[in-house]
Amino acid sequence: MLYREAGDFKTSYREDNQSFPIRFDRIAVQVALVLALLVVPFVINDYWANAVALPFLIYAIAAIGLNILVGYCGQVSLGTGGFMAVGAYATYKLMTAFPEVSIIVHVLLAGGITAGVGVLFGLPSLRIKGFYLAVATLAAQFFLVWLFNRVPWFYNNSASGQISAPERGVLGQAVTGPNAEAWVTYLFCLLFLLFCALVARNLTRGTLGRSWMAIRDMDIAAEIIGVNPLKAKLTAFAVSSFFIGISGSLFFAVYLGAVEVGEAFGINKSFLVLFMIIIGGLGRIAGSLMGAAFLVLLPVLLKNLLVGGFGWPTDLAAHLEFMIVGGLIVTFLVAEPHGLAQLWRVGKEKLRLWPFPH
Amino acid sequence: MATNRLKAAGAALVSACLLAGPAAADLVFPDLSYRTGPYAANGIPFSDGYQDYMTLLNERDGGIGGVAIEVLECETGYNTEKGVECYEATKGEGALLYQPLSTGITYQLIPKATADGIPVHSMGYGRTSAKNGEVFRWVFNYPANYWDGASHAINHILAENDGDISGKKIALVYHNSAYGKEPIRTLEELSAKHGYELMLLPVDHPGQEQKSQWLQIRRQKPDNVIMWGWGVMNQVAIQEAVNIRYPMENFIGIWWSGSENDVLPAGDGADGYKALTFHNLGDDYPVYDDLQSYVVDAGKAAGAGDQLGTALYNRGMYAAMLATEAARTAQEIHGTADITPAMMRDGMEALEMTEEKMAGLGLPNFGPTFSVTCSNHGGDGLGAVAQWDAGAKEWSLISDYGPADEEVLRPLIIADSTAFAEENGITPGCN
Repeated sequence: MLYREAGDFKTSYREDNQSFPIRFDRIAVQVALVLALLVVPFVINDYWANAVALPFLIYAIAAIGLNILVGYCGQVSLGTGGFMAVGAYATYKLMTAFPEVSIIVHVLLAGGITAGVGVLFGLPSLRIKGFYLAVATLAAQFFLVWLFNRVPWFYNNSASGQISAPERGVLGQAVTGPNAEAWVTYLFCLLFLLFCALVARNLTRGTLGRSWMAIRDMDIAAEIIGVNPLKAKLTAFAVSSFFIGISGSLFFAVYLGAVEVGEAFGINKSFLVLFMIIIGGLGRIAGSLMGAAFLVLLPVLLKNLLVGGFGWPTDLAAHLEFMIVGGLIVTFLVAEPHGLAQLWRVGKEKLRLWPFPH
Repeated sequence: MATNRLKAAGAALVSACLLAGPAAADLVFPDLSYRTGPYAANGIPFSDGYQDYMTLLNERDGGIGGVAIEVLECETGYNTEKGVECYEATKGEGALLYQPLSTGITYQLIPKATADGIPVHSMGYGRTSAKNGEVFRWVFNYPANYWDGASHAINHILAENDGDISGKKIALVYHNSAYGKEPIRTLEELSAKHGYELMLLPVDHPGQEQKSQWLQIRRQKPDNVIMWGWGVMNQVAIQEAVNIRYPMENFIGIWWSGSENDVLPAGDGADGYKALTFHNLGDDYPVYDDLQSYVVDAGKAAGAGDQLGTALYNRGMYAAMLATEAARTAQEIHGTADITPAMMRDGMEALEMTEEKMAGLGLPNFGPTFSVTCSNHGGDGLGAVAQWDAGAKEWSLISDYGPADEEVLRPLIIADSTAFAEENGITPGCN
């Protein structure tokens, strides 16, 4: 009864094209935003920030980035971990070279540098596609990790090869480093996520997004109707890498504080983010958020339930966690191959008709 | 009436549970363990030893100074992100001390725990320059660290070659991470001093692929191979060394590459493999009788209870023993049984391990004696070499506990810790 379009009149194109055409959705999103921005910062503690909120927000940014490339432009990429590493190491070099510049600028610049690297590794996409492109981006993944391990300049010659974020702040509040308050780091990442989601949403419904989708759906036809594949593919790589770079930057500077490239940005990271968008829904911004939530929150939830709630041994819980998460992924994909976002869309269609489905 | 009584009983039960929940003030020792993944073969015995020793103290002595010990186990899988989650989840429970058994997680925790005021003890791992307690106030790495280990390995090779190893070729096979890279700087300095040639062979996580590294060793025939490996990498490396018929007595592992689980898969071929250690091996100690009767026979052993007496079980037990002795010292200093993390730190900084103390604990001659001070959080850095006997399936010490080359190490530690202090705006000092 609540979920209705009836009576919600659109009198301009602007209103007709809004992201949330149903009033109920709009209100729900607004309430969620108010909660996330004005209430959560006051109640969040270290555990919730560092174990739940930060990883979710940061992976969500990475998932949005990869979704632009894979979901909207149809270019399969396995280089996410490597591109996140570019973001992280760029931030580290910028932070240590220009300590007086604001961390916000560093994060954005790191995104820009990653965009450049992404375009470079996107060049093969002009010639190859599908699985072959996946292999080419896989090479990027291994090359970048090798590079950051091999060249000491990237980690300022530290003995351990680790990079660690010095303390930097915004408006007098530490954002990076051990003295950063939970609410500051949370808000910092949340604002970046909102920024990225907004930019991604608006890009994907503009000319650029339409040219990406044209390339995805059929590149030859797209070329015939006047879409420039070079421009479309390379902009997709650039925009996607920009977001992934931001997420790598936040992952290193705000979330972990110290990383080593092999462990933090290995091939596992590429697969994790790819799974997020596949489970969440390819070509949907909301899908990126849902996929990130599913793969970040579920393991933590299961661990707290099995070990904290039932008092089971930690190794048994860890093994069960793999099985349950794996089983749920298979179940979800069998039930809805287009991901959680599609499940949600179907649910909404049903809600509109409820309680008179016929 | 009946429902009312039931309700009252229920309410009483709930309130009893709530009161019993945070059972007074226990001494909380989180155990960031890993019983899954490619490092589990090494993580399990260590964690079992750590927990069993704590259980023994609870069962036999009623804890430390009359206060019970609570061990909070948290699975990290040797993964930094999960390690952070474990740290955040346990620090609110009154954690006194963190021993993450992972160099990567230690690097993660050094700034966090320093800011939160909780001590970290990275026993034989972690950041070597934490030995300088004037910079790293909350981090301890006694009784020995990686650079000591690198120096011990070179000392052993020196002793075997009558003190002259100039022109020799020594290979370092290492885990390509912060852990494996730790000894490189020391080995380079020592190479300048002793004139050997150093060959670096990184192995990527998790270390199941080592064919190319060992092919290189077969081609270039280094006189000695030193290994900085962990988890499945150890077993693979030793098997590969056997496959290329590398002389086992020239192959030395750091103390983290010297457990039974690492050599057993290679069978008889592993005979003669050497590994460093900073404590004694085997189960010929009085404490094992108590462990058997109070813990194992009572069915309270951690894990499967089948790791007693192995090298890493002993090390876990040693870690627990040093932690509980530091807690005891803290109780004495502050005159209270309920210690806080800050008091724990004072106890660790005043820790003295003497022969009488170890004998009293049922571990006579178990490790070298040492004492911790503010300026030296790393102990004396003594180490010995053990050799594997594949026939008897046991490790035996083949050298005495010897010192590391402090002349080379001291300036390195000062340089690295000073750089850290400058980067993070720390004024070195003991107050």
